[in-house]
Amino acid sequence: MMENAQVKKVGSLLEPVTSRSLSGTKRHFRWRSRVESVVIPTGAILVSLAAFGVFCALAGADPFAVYASIYKAAFGSWYSFQNTLVRAAPLMLCSLGTAIPYQLGLVMIGNEGALVIGGLCATVVGLQMPTASPVMVQIAMAVVGMIAGGLWLASSGALKHYRGVNETISSLMMNYIAIAILNQAINTWIRDPSSLNKPASYPIPDEQMLQPIGDTTIHWGLVFGLTACLVAWVLLSQTTLGFQIRAIGGNVRAAQIAGIPVGRITLITCFLAGAFPGLAGMVEVAAIHGRANESLNAWYGYSGILVAFLARHNPLGCILISTLLGGLLASGGILQRDQHLPDAAIMVFQGLVFLVILFSESLYGKWRIFRERDA
Amino acid sequence: MKQSLFLLIACTAVLTANALAADVTIGFIYVGPKDDYGYNQAHALGAASVAKLPGVKIVEEANVPETVAVQETMRDMIVQDNATVLFPTSFGYYDPHILKVAKQFPKIQFLHCGGFYIPGKHPANVGTYFGYIDEAEYISGIVAGLTTKSNKLGFVAAKPIPQVLRNINSFTLGARSVNSNATVQVVFTGDWSLPVKEAEASNSLINQGVDVLTCHVDSPKVVIQTAETRGIYSCGYHASQAAIAPKGYLTGAEWDWSHVYGMYVKEVQEGKSLQAGSIPHVVRGGLQDGFVKVSDYGPAVSAQAKQAAEASKAKFMDGTMVIYKGEIKDNTGKVVIPAGVEMKQKDPELEKMNWLVEGVIGSATS
Repeated sequence: MMENAQVKKVGSLLEPVTSRSLSGTKRHFRWRSRVESVVIPTGAILVSLAAFGVFCALAGADPFAVYASIYKAAFGSWYSFQNTLVRAAPLMLCSLGTAIPYQLGLVMIGNEGALVIGGLCATVVGLQMPTASPVMVQIAMAVVGMIAGGLWLASSGALKHYRGVNETISSLMMNYIAIAILNQAINTWIRDPSSLNKPASYPIPDEQMLQPIGDTTIHWGLVFGLTACLVAWVLLSQTTLGFQIRAIGGNVRAAQIAGIPVGRITLITCFLAGAFPGLAGMVEVAAIHGRANESLNAWYGYSGILVAFLARHNPLGCILISTLLGGLLASGGILQRDQHLPDAAIMVFQGLVFLVILFSESLYGKWRIFRERDA
Repeated sequence: MKQSLFLLIACTAVLTANALAADVTIGFIYVGPKDDYGYNQAHALGAASVAKLPGVKIVEEANVPETVAVQETMRDMIVQDNATVLFPTSFGYYDPHILKVAKQFPKIQFLHCGGFYIPGKHPANVGTYFGYIDEAEYISGIVAGLTTKSNKLGFVAAKPIPQVLRNINSFTLGARSVNSNATVQVVFTGDWSLPVKEAEASNSLINQGVDVLTCHVDSPKVVIQTAETRGIYSCGYHASQAAIAPKGYLTGAEWDWSHVYGMYVKEVQEGKSLQAGSIPHVVRGGLQDGFVKVSDYGPAVSAQAKQAAEASKAKFMDGTMVIYKGEIKDNTGKVVIPAGVEMKQKDPELEKMNWLVEGVIGSATS
């Protein structure tokens, strides 16, 4: 356990980087930087909307009609909102795969691989228990999915800590390895011979799948997503482990000097970072597809990276941004049907948002109005 | 005074008439892009032709994969766009996707291209339609058989499902009916749209001496272009690719969906429905019924080939032609249609075809 003096020493090293007050004494409420962290992402979204409006006008559609259509398909009715929430659930889980390691100072983009591996292992386990009760099957699948995904990203973290391999590249490459393993598995090892045209594993029986909540089309994966983000937030901001993680993220040398076990914490954090997308993989199998097939590779992982950056790697922000992005994805169809835009239009919008957000990263601390005044 | 009263009555009559013939919203779903020079373009052309009919509004969505995504698209069209009739056009949409959504929306009519409806097992609001395009393939095969110099014909196919095998077999039977030395080498790429594999397959077939190439994939563009670049002949499919192969395009087998869709729209507007049984659940038609047609002949087609093709077409048109007439052996030597047996086009046995006819080099179980 760290002593008070050590806490203060490490805390003072973190001042310029995090905006959270650590020791709590004689600190005025730092509202300016909090406002900044809301204004800049919101501004980025508005700028991307405007840029997308220009794209739509060039493609021959009325931008305001397009915005109205997006709203209609994302939030305009309970039916649409359900579509949005169904898409938001895996995004919430996957975004944690980038948001959590970012607190360590690592940029990891292995969410897709963790999701795929988690989903695959969950399927294999789920198929072994045909006579167990649905709850047991789902718990087993969830646990296995989380462990598989966690180990997948933990290996990326281990490569970083023990060998200095750049974690962004290793996690990205591991995505491809995971997808290759998935393809091999569904084409040979666990292939269901009756899935002629689309190779897939044997199916999980309907009764054992994750059921919708009530009579909505939303499945329990949404609850997993919300819980996961809340747990991650509590872990990172309210626990000692979370503090140690942020300490390492602030300054690795200082953390090592202060006695924080960097290697162990890196592995634990990366395991957590992979466990949540792994759970998302399990949800995709158990709630939507009912089997492992190539649809598991649905780019939720990559969208999760976008959500994490947009939410400034804050797990609570991830909830909000996942819902927003889920709404965008849900409106892809209506842009084709009602506005006669090409089917890639919504991808253009996603790309624009990502570019503007990346650019906006450079704006933090640039404007005087958001700089903290010294007390 | 009398004039304005007359005008008022006339306007009311017109408005009421229009209101009574309320717009029916029809949804079309394509698995690929609408401009693929192939399967999806053929359907999109049909959709465009019904969009012009009075009282019809269409909504289209393209590039919808054969996964749960199409279930969401269908539900969105029904709930958000108030579509009452849906045409999901890709083969893989049928089971389980259409069957699942149709049960959730029993009042909406689902008309699927290529599926095979089983009464009692499938919901009452689902219907299937398809064209006997293999009749046009037979004629295409006749032209290919009489044009080839190497007697080697090539066929790039997507998946070994019955409809694809039937096309390969009809093409081969047509070619061998005029040229008993002709062989058809078939390569399966594995999926409806894999441009790189299609190009590789085309090149490898041409390297082996094939001089007439045809295909059954969603977008024949790659295969036809490869054939034209390598200087050999080609036969088209789905729609006419003559524009991209001006020298080598012989003829092709095309759909005429505007005829089929126009027919369905008329029935729906007359108040008929699948649920009531007034629209049949299994609709099939060939050259005679205007569901399919043969492409115009290209410049390389000889007079002799044209004559043979037209003679065959005439037999189809008057209903006397039977392609699958025993004895027919498959390419392993087994007799699949015994002597004396005739399988007419509507025979359900043909929808379960799982063999390749004698003269085809390749295997149906890849």
